Amino acid sequence: MEQAGEYRIPAVRKEVWRALNDPAVLARCLDGCRSMTPVGPDEFEADIGAKVGPVKATFAAAISLRDVVPLHSYRLQVRVKGGAAGFANGTAAVQLKEVDGGTATMLNYRIEGAIGGKLAQIGSRLVEGAARKMTARFFERFAADFASA
Amino acid sequence: MASQNGIGAAVKRKEDARFITGMGRYTDDLGAHGQTYAMFARSPHARAKIVNIDTAAAAATDGVVAVFTGADLKADGIGDLPCGWLVKSKDGSDMIQPPHPPIAVDAVNYVGEPFALVIGETLAAAKNGAEALSVDFEELPAVVDLASAARTAQIHETVPNNQCYDWELGDKAATDAAFEKAHHVTRMDIVNNRLIPNAIEPRAALGEYDAAAGSHTLHTTSQNPHLERLVLAAFVNVAPEAKLRVISPDVGGGFGSKIFVYAEETAVIWAAGKTRRPVKWTAERSESFLADAHGRDHVTHAELALAEDGEFLGLRVQTIANMGAYLSTFASSVPTYLYGTLMAGQYKTPAIYVEVQSLFTNTAPVDAYRGAGRPEATFVVERLVETAAREIGMDATDLRRRNFIQPTDFPYETPVALTYDTGDYEASLDKALAHVHYAAFAQRRDASEAAGKKRGIGFSCYIEACGLAPSQVAISLGAGVGLFEVGEVRVDVTGSVTVVTGSHSHGQSHETTFAQIISEKLGVPFENVTVLHGDTGRSDYALGTYGSRSLAVGGSAIVKATDKIIAKGKKIAAYMLDANADDVEFEDGSFNVTDSNQSLTFAEVAFAAYVPAKYPLDELEPGLSEKAFYDPPNFTYPAGAHVCEVEVDPETGVVEVVQFVAVDDFGNIVNPMVVEGQVHGGLAQGIGQALLEHGVYDDTGQLLSGSYMDYTMPRADDLPSFTVDTTTTPCTHNPLGVKGCGEAGAIGSTAAVINAVTDALGVASIAMPATPETVWRTARGE
Repeated sequence: MEQAGEYRIPAVRKEVWRALNDPAVLARCLDGCRSMTPVGPDEFEADIGAKVGPVKATFAAAISLRDVVPLHSYRLQVRVKGGAAGFANGTAAVQLKEVDGGTATMLNYRIEGAIGGKLAQIGSRLVEGAARKMTARFFERFAADFASA
Repeated sequence: MASQNGIGAAVKRKEDARFITGMGRYTDDLGAHGQTYAMFARSPHARAKIVNIDTAAAAATDGVVAVFTGADLKADGIGDLPCGWLVKSKDGSDMIQPPHPPIAVDAVNYVGEPFALVIGETLAAAKNGAEALSVDFEELPAVVDLASAARTAQIHETVPNNQCYDWELGDKAATDAAFEKAHHVTRMDIVNNRLIPNAIEPRAALGEYDAAAGSHTLHTTSQNPHLERLVLAAFVNVAPEAKLRVISPDVGGGFGSKIFVYAEETAVIWAAGKTRRPVKWTAERSESFLADAHGRDHVTHAELALAEDGEFLGLRVQTIANMGAYLSTFASSVPTYLYGTLMAGQYKTPAIYVEVQSLFTNTAPVDAYRGAGRPEATFVVERLVETAAREIGMDATDLRRRNFIQPTDFPYETPVALTYDTGDYEASLDKALAHVHYAAFAQRRDASEAAGKKRGIGFSCYIEACGLAPSQVAISLGAGVGLFEVGEVRVDVTGSVTVVTGSHSHGQSHETTFAQIISEKLGVPFENVTVLHGDTGRSDYALGTYGSRSLAVGGSAIVKATDKIIAKGKKIAAYMLDANADDVEFEDGSFNVTDSNQSLTFAEVAFAAYVPAKYPLDELEPGLSEKAFYDPPNFTYPAGAHVCEVEVDPETGVVEVVQFVAVDDFGNIVNPMVVEGQVHGGLAQGIGQALLEHGVYDDTGQLLSGSYMDYTMPRADDLPSFTVDTTTTPCTHNPLGVKGCGEAGAIGSTAAVINAVTDALGVASIAMPATPETVWRTARGE
């Protein structure tokens, strides 16, 4: 499962980078995220409730930031164990670029993911759409956070 | 006696009254005092090391009675699940059987493999407990693609190249020589798609331990409870054979998938002893998809060599067969002795050479599924024959006739180890062509063409080998068990009869057909016959039901026991009538003294046997109850001609099966209605494989077709009203002259459908299942 896209965010790159590293912002923008707790440098634990087709479960996600190049890019790794519902692993490679003479930032993302267990058995035809929607909502909210700030 | 309900009568099924009024008693209907519920935690990964399982939170969950891992079973001496047929490779070496613990210990090798068992006071508690298990898996790359499975990661430490065996059958040199002198060679690459069995009743088990008697009782959905008991006792070490009773009550369909000894009932009966509580498990449909043994899944290259006049000279077949992650109970025999041996089909092909490489992959185990090897063989032979006819410009039925084994050729020894006893293949084909109005097909095709549709016709002249036998031959070829059957005929004091059979009915109607045999042979009213089956506590050791064997093998055992009853009855009657036993005849339910009007009814003789007032007690034991074991001298060879006519809409890719004719030779028939029902069900499955069903894993080993949203079962509106007919050449070597009918529909039909679809589209081949998308793309030349 792969998807990619980009968003123009009306904020300077430094602000966008700061938000991308702020667990409170990430938690607010992620659908169904009940908590996001830092557990180490660039390591977080999150509880995410998600419903994909007929499968509904709370997922404990381990989130880590890898290949961090400040102000420029990182890879956000998410590993989810959903118990009887299976598992989901994903990596989002995020890149920031200054645009409009530095007054705005172009956020570029590329996501790769894999699912397993019951999620794949029953939900595979639904998961891709759900993941696409979840990703789109995340970046919509993330961008909206700046618009309203 | 031409009993009204005897052999040949379309008697309504005894079983149906309870089935259709909801009074059937299936494993899940049963309950025991103090019963607990089992939930299996299953691997979400296709291949992973189990680094650690933390059971503390699960064990502390409300209502959880116990949590067991594979290590617990191992520590208690529970053995691996064995494979019952040892196949040897070309070089004479034994197949490699990787360890198959019932509950995974160090590693998981397919999605759905159980790695822990949680037992709860309620099912909900067991599920909550399973949810609370904390497991660290170390994921490893999965081996999924069959064609390349020998060249990728090694799944089991003891199995290099993931190869179970590399087997051959036939004369390679003679076959190669036949190809040297061929005028034409037809070559095909054939994929036989993976199927998932989908019996209407999911597997289930209820394990009980009686501490007072020190004995275990397992109710489970098994097609062969004695085999279940033997394996659990002798190999898995659950309990000694005499302290373990296995009962298969009503079972809702099996199609082979319930022959095998699975992890779940093994763990359940063990856990019942461990916890001293009854333990119940019933598969959810999702579990059935993941963990029932799947069927088929071959990749094959096949070649047929022909002379200029269409005579078959040689057949060469190379197959890679998928075993899945572990060897299921009879997995090794399916692509070998039930596949390679069938490559002669109905033809006099003089030289045949078959090579089969069986490989492990990180998918569910693959084993026998309705037809088991024979549908795969028929698909290879009949696709090749039809394609060869098209390539050399000969009518497909004429090419078959040119090569049929003729009625005068029997017994016919094939180049692939079988000896067919009897048959008349042309008779079935003739009858099928008459039913399908073959002569008018061209007109129908033109009419379809005018309506923008494409019409095609396809044939399949199949042979199958049923009632796997004889024991000594099978054992010499690697079978771990004998292949006989037991039948016991207990005449009651009042003359009614109780039959105990080692065969098991899970849809086959034994209670009806076996009662018809008794009614015919003993003249006892059909209503007065009760058939008991499926209980190791009731019948002697026998082999159960698979491979269309129940009537040919189990029915023959009953006939043998019946003959003993009649022989003893004659002696009793002779004494009672002061006659010589040689002068007593048994006819129409009466013992008659020849050339006299003296006679006794069957009931009178039975009564005398149990109330021996006038009875030769010094010469004859009282009672009238006899048992017989029957070991068949050969397979039986049902055969037939299936014809499929389809109409394809090239705009949508939808295939409509507009006509399906099946003419089968099952030998003598006990109940034509039951036979027709068996054929209908088999056809639905065979057509389902061709057009609808597909077990699909993604490249990481996740099962994508894991529910009815993605796995398409055939429904009534996918199928035409079948035309089913028979021809008869009685089997020459069993007392009923019967051959077996359970699998034929699924064996013959798939090739006929694909032959019809390729004919309609004018293409050489098409992938199965030929779904609308596949057909649409193929029609567009993609």
